[in-house]
Amino acid sequence: MKNLEPQLVWAFAGVLGLLAVSSLIGLILKATIKKPEVQSTIANLNARIGAWWIMSTIFALTLVIGPIGSLVLFGLMSLLALREYVTLLPTRRADHRTLFWAFFIFTPLQYCLIGIQWYGMFAILIPVYAFLFVPTRLAITGDTESFLERASTIQWGLMICVYCLSYTPALLMLKVPGYGRPAKLMLYLVLVDQLSDVLQYVWGKLLGRHKIAPVVSPNKTWEGFVGGVVTASAIGTALWWMTPFTPAVAAAVSLTITLMGFAGGLTMSAIKRDRGVKDYGTLIKGHGGILDRMDSMCFAAPIFFHIVRYFYVR
Amino acid sequence: MSPRPLAGIIAGAARLISGVNVRWIDTTPDPRQTVYFANHTSHLDFVVLWSSLPPEIRTRTRPVAAQDYWEKGLRRAIAVNIFRAVLVARRKPQEGQTSPADPRESIDHMLDAMGNDHSLILFPEGTRGTGEEVAAFKSGLYYLCQRKPDLRLVPGYLNNLNRILPKGEFLPVPFISQLTFGPPLTFRPEEPKAGFLARAREALCRLRDL
Repeated sequence: MKNLEPQLVWAFAGVLGLLAVSSLIGLILKATIKKPEVQSTIANLNARIGAWWIMSTIFALTLVIGPIGSLVLFGLMSLLALREYVTLLPTRRADHRTLFWAFFIFTPLQYCLIGIQWYGMFAILIPVYAFLFVPTRLAITGDTESFLERASTIQWGLMICVYCLSYTPALLMLKVPGYGRPAKLMLYLVLVDQLSDVLQYVWGKLLGRHKIAPVVSPNKTWEGFVGGVVTASAIGTALWWMTPFTPAVAAAVSLTITLMGFAGGLTMSAIKRDRGVKDYGTLIKGHGGILDRMDSMCFAAPIFFHIVRYFYVR
Repeated sequence: MSPRPLAGIIAGAARLISGVNVRWIDTTPDPRQTVYFANHTSHLDFVVLWSSLPPEIRTRTRPVAAQDYWEKGLRRAIAVNIFRAVLVARRKPQEGQTSPADPRESIDHMLDAMGNDHSLILFPEGTRGTGEEVAAFKSGLYYLCQRKPDLRLVPGYLNNLNRILPKGEFLPVPFISQLTFGPPLTFRPEEPKAGFLARAREALCRLRDL
């Protein structure tokens, strides 16, 4: 149990308390509000809370197991996210073997590179090697129909679902002098990012009036955005004790995480609207697919990683 | 656990890689003798459809497979020994086979295999397509119904299996697939063969857009 530093235990206790309070509120809302037009929203809210219990448990367990646990968890999430992504996008028969490489060679390789802590290769495997491999493999098939679109679609999926997402467990590679185990850093990122999503949803449901981008994401409102970003950043600031940051830096970093998370949600929604669907999948009850839950992480994790690495790792 | 553990393991793996989302529209699983007929684009079609049936129905459901393709070696081991496939001769023989098959003999095979409590999975197109169009149905389904007019005929449309394991590939790529079962078709003895086959194909194709 040497992975369980006191800061980690306190943060877990906080999450547990938050889940318990949320479940209680969900039950009270279900029992008291009988308006049929609100009931589906409350049912969805309770489904979301139920899913949060499961997701938090899985995440906490893998974090306690150690780096292997997190690598396996995020590796599987990358595979599932990539599957949701390619299912939604047009692919051709000739893409089959290139896609096989994306799923079963590049994705495991990316996570193995984190496992052996080879930062130099981790950072360029997909942006350089996959980027050159994918179009070459496609060209070999001889099918040139929509060539650039197909190559770009596959490369983009690898970048978002594998490369960007893998930056979350990649935090475990970072050795910040005097900070102890980097698992706390990963938990911090996940907490601030996911709380920002939740709080944007909550503020949006409570006060949301003015839509930010009605075409791209009909549920995103200015009230939800500002309320979520401010409260999640405040929580991120209050959690400075589990990071290597001073409170002021923690505030700036949390704000960056929440803004990047918002950018991720918006961008991934644009793809869904283009393809005419509401969600990427149905795996997580109440939330949609893995990609619906992790869209904000995909954008926040790489930036957070590089902030810490540039300023705190010597 | 099914009495055939290997079949259960293969079915589990197929469900995992295909992420299949099963829908029963205007119909429910029913233990009565049924012919499930589906579009055919992939070797995974049968396994995915079979594994999507409730366990008590699954153990009494057998696939119908082309004898010329499945009768030898490893293929036979998989089809016959693991999944108890009913091998029937295709009417237009593949290259290497010369004698055209007698359709009545194939129907006898299927009826024997069904006995009085087994169901069948049938791919009436006769071969795997590319996934864009459902080909015209072969006559087997009609002849089978002529002999056993009270059979339940349940269409099942398989979507995206051609992307997971297309014809000519041996390594699967994971996509999320969908299987839609539709309401049973009734056989009308007075209906001409071509009309019945077109109606059955139509009942299958309409599930694609639901």
